[in-house]
Amino acid sequence: MSPAGVLARLEVAIRQKAYSAATGGTLRVIDGLSFSLGKGEVGALVGPSGCGKTTLLRIIAGLDADYEGEVHLPDHGRLGMVFQEPRLLPWRTLEQNVRLAAPQVTDDELTTLFTALGLTAHRQHYPGELSLGLARRVALARAFAVNPDLLLLDEPFVSLDDALATRLRDELAELVTRRPVTTLLVTHNVEEAIALADRLFLLSPSPTRVTAELPIPNPRSKRTPEELAAFRGQIARKLMGA
Amino acid sequence: MALRLLSLALMLAAWSIGAQLAGPRMLPDPQSVALLVVSEAQSGALAFNLGITLLRVAVSFTLAMALGSVIGLLMGRFRAADSIGDPWLVVLLNLPALVIIVLAYVWAGLTETAAIAAVALNKLPIAMVTVREGARSLDRGLDEMAQVFRMSAWAQIRHVVLPQLAPYLAAAARSGLSLVWKIVLIVELLGRPNGVGFEIGTAFQLFDVTRILAYALAFVAVMLVIETFLVQPLERHVTRWRPRTA
Repeated sequence: MSPAGVLARLEVAIRQKAYSAATGGTLRVIDGLSFSLGKGEVGALVGPSGCGKTTLLRIIAGLDADYEGEVHLPDHGRLGMVFQEPRLLPWRTLEQNVRLAAPQVTDDELTTLFTALGLTAHRQHYPGELSLGLARRVALARAFAVNPDLLLLDEPFVSLDDALATRLRDELAELVTRRPVTTLLVTHNVEEAIALADRLFLLSPSPTRVTAELPIPNPRSKRTPEELAAFRGQIARKLMGA
Repeated sequence: MALRLLSLALMLAAWSIGAQLAGPRMLPDPQSVALLVVSEAQSGALAFNLGITLLRVAVSFTLAMALGSVIGLLMGRFRAADSIGDPWLVVLLNLPALVIIVLAYVWAGLTETAAIAAVALNKLPIAMVTVREGARSLDRGLDEMAQVFRMSAWAQIRHVVLPQLAPYLAAAARSGLSLVWKIVLIVELLGRPNGVGFEIGTAFQLFDVTRILAYALAFVAVMLVIETFLVQPLERHVTRWRPRTA
C-alpha cells in the first residue's frame, strides 16, 4: 500500500447525504455508499432514475459540500466534467469554450480532439448555431482538453436519438482508450455502461448505496457480442435481486 | 428611415406654426434658434458649455454605473448583501433628486465634487436595481461549470458573469444616460458657474426662450450622437453571438 497508489485512486465513502424537505424533516438520498476506482479505470454507476446519481456526482465534483463522508480525488484532482446539459457559454465560440476551461491546451491537442469528435468545421461557431448532438461533443472535447485526473460524465447521452448516442458512445470509448483517464460515468442505461466501463457499480433506489460491484474482464475493444449478452443477463439478475 | 425623417419634418412644421401663433417671445421659430446656435458656436461658448456639461455627465455616469454594478452584483448574488443593501436602496430610490442635490451643496459646498456626487447618487439606485435583477437571473449551471473547470475569478467574471449581465448593463446605461444628463442640468442651474444648465438658468432669468432652446437642442443632438455612435454599436457588439432572426 504505497502512498502514491492511494493517491492515484478515486476513493468515495459517503456515510450520509440528506436534503431538508420543503415540508420539514429530512430526506435521505445517500446512505452508506462507498466505492473506489483505480487509475485509468472507467467506472459506471448504474441505477434507476431518481436514485441520487447526480447528487453523488455533484459531491464528487465538489459542487455540494453538505454531506457526511470523504471523497479523495485521484492525483491532483483536476476535473473534467460533462454535465447532463452541454453547459457551454453561448457568447463564446466552440474553440473559446474549450480554451477557457483548458487554458493550457496546445493547438495540436485541440486539433486532434476536434478532429476525433468531428468538430473541425465548427471551431469558430457559437453554441447557439449547433444541434444538441454537436453541443454534447463540444462538452466532451472541453472535458478531455483539460487533461483531467478524473473525468466525470453525468448521463452524457440522454435525449439523443439511439443512432447518435451510439456513435458518440463509440467516439468516447475511443478517446478513453487512446488516452487513459480515470473516468466515472453515471447512467441509467445498462447498455451504455457495458459499452464504456471496466467496472460497474449497481446502485439501489433512494436512499442509495452500492449493491454490487461487477468488473468487466475484457478490454473494451475485445468484447464480443456474446460476452456482452451474457454480461447483460448477469446484470439483469443482479438488478432483480437487489 | 424615410418615416423617421417625415416625422422630424412634421415636428419642425408644428414648431413653426406654434411659433407663428405664440409669438417670438414665448416660442421663437426654428430659424432664430438655429442662428443663435451658430453664433454661440462661433464665439466658442457653445463648445465650452457643452464640453463641461458632457464631462460632468461622463464622470458621474461612470461613477454611478461602476459602483451600482458592483453593489448590484453583490446584492443579487449574496443574500446578506441584499439584506444590508436593501434599506439603503429603498431610501435612495425614493429620495427626490432635488433633495439629494440641495443636501450635497449644503454639506459639501457649491463645489464640483458636490455636483458630481449628487448626480451619481441619483443614478446609483437605478443601476443597482437593474444589475441586481441581472445577477439574480445568472445561470447556476454555468457557474458550476466554471467552478468544476477551475476557471480563475477574473475569467469567470469576464466570460461567464459579464456576458449574462450585458443586457441589464445596457438597459441601465441607456436609462442612466438620459437621467444623468437631465440631473446634471439641474445641478448646474443650482450651483455651478458654467455648463448648459447654468446657461439655461441665466436665460430663464432673462426670459430668453431662444437661448433655452438653443442650448437644450444642441445638447440633445450631442446625446443622440453618443447614443448612435457609441451605445448602439456597443450593444451590437455584446450581442453578436445571438443567432440573428432572418
